[in-house]
Amino acid sequence: MTAAEAKVNLVQQVGSVSPQVDKSNSTIISSSPYHGLWALTNRELKKWYKNPVILLLSLIQPVLWLGLFGKAMNFGAIFTDGAFNIPGLNIPKEVINQLGNMLMLNVFGTSDYFSFLAVGMLSFIIIFTAMFSGMSIVWDRRLGTLNKVMSTPVARGSIVMSKILSSVIRSLVQAAIILVLAVLLGMNTSSMTVLGVVGTFASLALLSFGFSAVFLMLALRSTNQNTQMAIVNLLNLPLLFGSNALFPANLMPEWLQAFVKVNPISYATDIGRQLLLGAGGMSPLSFDFAYLAAFAAVFSVVGIVLSWRFLTK
Amino acid sequence: MSGETNANGGRRTMMQIRDLKKVFNGTVVAVDGVTFDVYEGEIFGFLGPNGAGKTTTISMLTTLLRPTSGTATVCGFDILKEPNEVRKRIGVVPQEYTADEDLTGYENIMFCADLYGIPRRISRERADELLKLVELESAKDRKVETYSGGMRRRLELACGLINHPRVLFLDEPTLGLDVQTRAAVWQYIRRLKEEYGMTLFLTTHYLEEADSLCDRIAIIDHGKIVKIGTPKELKDSLGGDVIELGVQEAGEDLTQLISSVQHVKEVKRVAPSEYRIKSEVGEVTAPMIIDALRSKGYRVSKISLTRPTLDQVYLEFTGRSIREENGDRTQAMRQRMIMRRARR
Repeated sequence: MTAAEAKVNLVQQVGSVSPQVDKSNSTIISSSPYHGLWALTNRELKKWYKNPVILLLSLIQPVLWLGLFGKAMNFGAIFTDGAFNIPGLNIPKEVINQLGNMLMLNVFGTSDYFSFLAVGMLSFIIIFTAMFSGMSIVWDRRLGTLNKVMSTPVARGSIVMSKILSSVIRSLVQAAIILVLAVLLGMNTSSMTVLGVVGTFASLALLSFGFSAVFLMLALRSTNQNTQMAIVNLLNLPLLFGSNALFPANLMPEWLQAFVKVNPISYATDIGRQLLLGAGGMSPLSFDFAYLAAFAAVFSVVGIVLSWRFLTK
Repeated sequence: MSGETNANGGRRTMMQIRDLKKVFNGTVVAVDGVTFDVYEGEIFGFLGPNGAGKTTTISMLTTLLRPTSGTATVCGFDILKEPNEVRKRIGVVPQEYTADEDLTGYENIMFCADLYGIPRRISRERADELLKLVELESAKDRKVETYSGGMRRRLELACGLINHPRVLFLDEPTLGLDVQTRAAVWQYIRRLKEEYGMTLFLTTHYLEEADSLCDRIAIIDHGKIVKIGTPKELKDSLGGDVIELGVQEAGEDLTQLISSVQHVKEVKRVAPSEYRIKSEVGEVTAPMIIDALRSKGYRVSKISLTRPTLDQVYLEFTGRSIREENGDRTQAMRQRMIMRRARR
């Protein structure tokens, strides 16, 4: 098309509207309030999947935890296979093994600590990814991309929602990879069902939604990625250890149990253990799901409401 | 305001800015009640030093910042009451390079199209058309990180045009570019104006840019507009061109004779045989003076013509030269960052 043709085209599309009198739309614009949501989400995802190094690096930490922590803390071996006996009492090996198994089942809900931890690691990768959801908005602000986006008719809520969605998708993919790796490393699959896996990932999605929204809110006005890093570093380990991801809650002191009971990570992990390992749970599945859904809904709504007020230059 | 109405020449008003004010943190007055109109189809320049309030004004007009007080309409819509209607009709080319480095030029422009909700079949066509216009067709499938500063600026221009805006805002469009690239960008901007009949609002602190590109200029300093008009009007406000004339006849006072020449505004005999003459159209007046003198038998020994520059205008109205400006530290750092990216 030549420039002249382009011009003709334009004149047809733009028409000759007077700015003062005719307020009709000068260009073809979708009326959907959600336009741009997928474009924004896809932009975030593209940056991620087009850069496999980042994906790989983000997987290393939980894999290391899984491999080192999960395999090293071989609680099961403490009690089984003649690991110990009491002098003077000739307890048969079978009895000790049986006792050990009972003990493990009682404490962890499964006889295998590695499987127990593997489920915890699924929540771990979710919150670690979600915590960085705020970073991208800080970068967008610093690079001017946010201003550019805000000068377009995209809904402010869509900007926030796209960051949350991309973070959810990213974290779920990473959790899936972790689950596959865990199974390869010897996670107990005897009670795993397709429905169980789907249910687990639904709970992880809710967890990711809620945490992504929380950390995005903290970043709405921020121009400094160091502040974000500091917040993430301050919160990640307490959130992880103050949950049942690494250790069962019922053996923790009362005050810590109280924290574990409000920590959403505990509920996602609880769902995972019940659905993937067939373990006895902290609370009924329905309550776990309701808690997580409320967590996700409340914080994403608050995030969108805050974005109307605070997402400015 | 009568001067501006004359300059308008019956054109329609595209933007009306009335006593617009922005105060940060209750103390820092960034924009201190500016009032002006921008007419349809013109290139309107905001000229001023760093920190004068140029970017803050643009941010308010593009609905990124809420003004502390005052009102403005863009394309007939109130920036506070109907920001989304404004957003649909404007294009913004920010100071920064906002294109995604990891994506290709084409992907970037399609992303912008999606932000406006333009259907794919239209946006594909427009993207091709715009990439051709800014001569990035051959580079459209390359990642933006491989682009030069000038290419990036052109891509930003193309992105800002994807919704075929009525008004295009350009914030320091040539910051950090070398002289040739800057001239090339000016050419693109002029072409855009001609082809699309758009209204352009740009900020700059390059005097040459304001002078050669803008139809009208507002000089802004400390958040206030100190002077507004066409580049020529601004320069003429200094009293017009200066003609320095030397004659061989030192004995006679020729002031009377020179004053009678058409367009001559002021004549001063600075030395027995030298005169300083002010005229708004120096290039026309100078030969007429020579003719007038010759016809009376006087001999002109030398003549020179000096036109007032925008630099002098700037000096006159802000009390300092634009070249001695120093921004605050963050501003300087920000600019260094932009320049570094631009020069890659």
